[in-house]
Amino acid sequence: MLRFFPVLHVLSGAVLLFAPAFLVPLAFSMALADGAHAAFETGFLVTFVTGLFTFFLTRGRHRRELQPRDGFLLVTLVWTVVPAFATIPLLLEIPGLSFTDAYFEAVSGMTTSGATVLTGLDALEPSVNIWRGLLVWIGGMGIIVLAVAILPLLGVGGSQLFKAESPGCMKDTKLTPRIGDTAKGLWGVYSAVTVACIVSMHLAGMTWIDAIVHALSTMGLGGFSSHDASYAYFDSPAIEAVTTFFMLAASLNFATHFLAVRRRTLAPYAQDVEAPRVMIWMLGSVVAIAAFLEASGTYPDFATALRHASFNVVSIASTTGFASVDFAQWPWFAGIWMIFLSCFATSSGSTGGGIKMVRAVVLFKQAIREMTRVIHPRAVVPVKYGDQVIENNVIFAVLAFMLMYGTTIITMTMVLLATGVDPITAITAVVACINNMGPGLGLVGPAGNYAVLTDFQTWVCTIAMLLGRLELFTMLVLLTPAFWRK
Amino acid sequence: MKILILGAGQVGASVAEALVSEKNDVTVVDTSPDRLRDLQSQFDLRTVAGNAAQPEVLAEAGAADTDMLFAVTASDETNLVATKVAHAVFNIPTRIARIRSTWFERHPELLHGEGFSVDHAICPEQIVTEYIGRLIEFPEALEVVEFAGGRVDLVAVRAVEGGTLVRHPLRDLEKLLPKIDAKVAAIYRNDRPLALTPDTVVHPGDEVFILADAKEIRQVMTELRKMDRPVRRVIIAGGGNIGLRLARAIENRMNVKVIEASKRRCEFLAGQLAEALVLHGDVSNEDLLGDESVDETDLFVSVTNDEEANIMSALLAKRMGARRVIALINRRAYGDLMQGGQIDIAISPAQATLGSLLEHVRRGDVAAVHSVRRGRAEALELIAHGDRKTSRVVGRRIREVDLPPGATIVGIIRGGEVIVAKDDESLIEPDDHVLMFLTQKRMIPKIEKLFEVSVGFF
Repeated sequence: MLRFFPVLHVLSGAVLLFAPAFLVPLAFSMALADGAHAAFETGFLVTFVTGLFTFFLTRGRHRRELQPRDGFLLVTLVWTVVPAFATIPLLLEIPGLSFTDAYFEAVSGMTTSGATVLTGLDALEPSVNIWRGLLVWIGGMGIIVLAVAILPLLGVGGSQLFKAESPGCMKDTKLTPRIGDTAKGLWGVYSAVTVACIVSMHLAGMTWIDAIVHALSTMGLGGFSSHDASYAYFDSPAIEAVTTFFMLAASLNFATHFLAVRRRTLAPYAQDVEAPRVMIWMLGSVVAIAAFLEASGTYPDFATALRHASFNVVSIASTTGFASVDFAQWPWFAGIWMIFLSCFATSSGSTGGGIKMVRAVVLFKQAIREMTRVIHPRAVVPVKYGDQVIENNVIFAVLAFMLMYGTTIITMTMVLLATGVDPITAITAVVACINNMGPGLGLVGPAGNYAVLTDFQTWVCTIAMLLGRLELFTMLVLLTPAFWRK
Repeated sequence: MKILILGAGQVGASVAEALVSEKNDVTVVDTSPDRLRDLQSQFDLRTVAGNAAQPEVLAEAGAADTDMLFAVTASDETNLVATKVAHAVFNIPTRIARIRSTWFERHPELLHGEGFSVDHAICPEQIVTEYIGRLIEFPEALEVVEFAGGRVDLVAVRAVEGGTLVRHPLRDLEKLLPKIDAKVAAIYRNDRPLALTPDTVVHPGDEVFILADAKEIRQVMTELRKMDRPVRRVIIAGGGNIGLRLARAIENRMNVKVIEASKRRCEFLAGQLAEALVLHGDVSNEDLLGDESVDETDLFVSVTNDEEANIMSALLAKRMGARRVIALINRRAYGDLMQGGQIDIAISPAQATLGSLLEHVRRGDVAAVHSVRRGRAEALELIAHGDRKTSRVVGRRIREVDLPPGATIVGIIRGGEVIVAKDDESLIEPDDHVLMFLTQKRMIPKIEKLFEVSVGFF
């Protein structure tokens, strides 16, 4: 146990840093006098005291630098423990809510999935909805990125954490020499775009509270809404257009945004391997599905089809999960295609989920390479990402990731099927959770929600969201006996 | 002229040979005494062993009263330092350096002015690559030489039965191509130049040098042989500097395969090239060439750094059905042995580079020099100065100029305009660029003299 004290020490630091987040909805609650302030006060106190106590309990004992191996445990613990604290106001403010459902809701927020078990959102206190949005926002850039900006002050090597959070092929090229500066830079861009998003949404016609909840939710590509009807509540093309724009922005790598801002040019987007592909896939699919919806007679004219297709396709493909219409009623092709897109149509370093465009590119090139090798046995064909040659061990890591991704989806779908869920609901719920997208089709479609699931099924989906957000291996490696051996 | 050559590699040796044969006072510096001994035993020159970048070595080599410096060692760094020293310490007026790195092309300020004081930077690999590139543009040509920035081409074509001019006298050229100006500069039969008259008949197998506007040159070539189809599939044997540059230059337009023996180099090449396919294997591996369908290849270029391997792989490729093969061969004896036989074109990198080095050595005002026929003949672009009184060229018609034997004026460039010397009646005006073909290099001093302006001009 003592071996893990340094990890617990940093974990309690992260919990301590999370505690002030309760003060934001608390302030709103006080200002609006919606009566929920006690819940946030309790949340703050419990979190702060627990964090402080553990922090001092674990201080000074066997103090050592964190190893890369500790990172896996730390990251997993942060993403499982912090949501537990985040459930406090939900449990206190929503009568009859079980811990299972509250934890699902908190994990869904902090993994930026946006799947919800709650109904009657419109009747919830505004501060609770802000809390839900804030969880997405904090989860969005990753508690780890936030922590990495501060943790170096606590004497923790940060680079390993970046590595631990995304195995495979994250960019090793650091943007600024110190990882802490990088994180601060990214965080700054994220915050600035969020402010722009809030203002734009308000100008497009939302109330300030709605604008804040939805902007926080949009930037994290979560998909929590303060209305049961999601965007159908607004039924406003202007609001949908603004949201679509910011969802697209959040689907790109924030490091690319950071470079573009720093150099004051759009060139980084063109040079980026992922950004053009993300845009082509998303916008191409929007046009294709709009044409399909018109041709299939779902909507009478192309303009209406394009409006609904652009908002909902971008929302699902970017793993956000807002809905302006019940797209589960669209012909199967459209819904399945959108869910397929959500698997790969976001950039690494964005707030989206799924396997990410970078892995899709590597996999595709690897497939091409194997075909070239069949025809030219002596050919030396490297897999290139941009101008860079990708080492074989990275390709193997990506292939292993894909295998585990497929295996996980199949296994969890089987588990849900065994507990009596219908096939469409089972597979789309698992895919939607692993991709941190939110709504699926069938019972968990835009018209329904995850409240229909039993406690056991809810836990399966909770684990799926965590696995997806932590890129499978971070969590799965903890299951190997070798990890726990000295 | 007193000339100092740093580096006795392929380029250094061939420059030394050419300059000695033109009666220059040549000193060669190299770190290898063996190489210097070889050189000294062949040619009448002085050698100094030592590091060319060190001032004391340069001083020993007589840098203080040298007119021109060629820094052509294998190392860019040595060449740059030597030119800087030559300028700062010894004040050598003209400094030419071999620079491989392409970085300097983008930053000329590093070479000139306050930089490394290089007057002319030369990259042999790039020159050879461009040379092969031109041969790819003209699949029928044996040699291609450009003048006036590529507006006029002088090409060598082997006449083949079926060309309209073949078995006809030269005077028929005008009848066959009434709208196009073309000039036959020289004809070689069995490797000997013919004395040209309008009645000279072109035989199949003759090597014909012909000049025309770049836009019309392909049509002119059809008079001598049927057109080949344009090059689509290329195999480059050898992924060294030349192979890489060549592949990079053509990979977007053609289907390119590069064969390289070193696995590590293969990986490097594959990283550098976007479209070309890199194959790991021996350049003369019959199975590999067969698998990669060498029989459907339009052009096989062997450019490894081993000339014997180049010859063998080119021979093999030709035997297996490659339409045209080009081999990089440095030794002139090998080149003569191979060209025109099984190997279509033998390129000598040293000779290809020589022209651009010799431009700076020639007396008088020389705009361009191209060594052709592996250094035996020369195509020159000379600037005619003075007037009818002071010059023996200006103010005269081409047929009135008293040319030494083996020399032919093939055209004139005046401003942006190109005049092909079709009927030898054109008048040479002051500051014209005169294009001349010389079948014998020993006539060069006479040509230089011919273009000198007499003292009365001043």
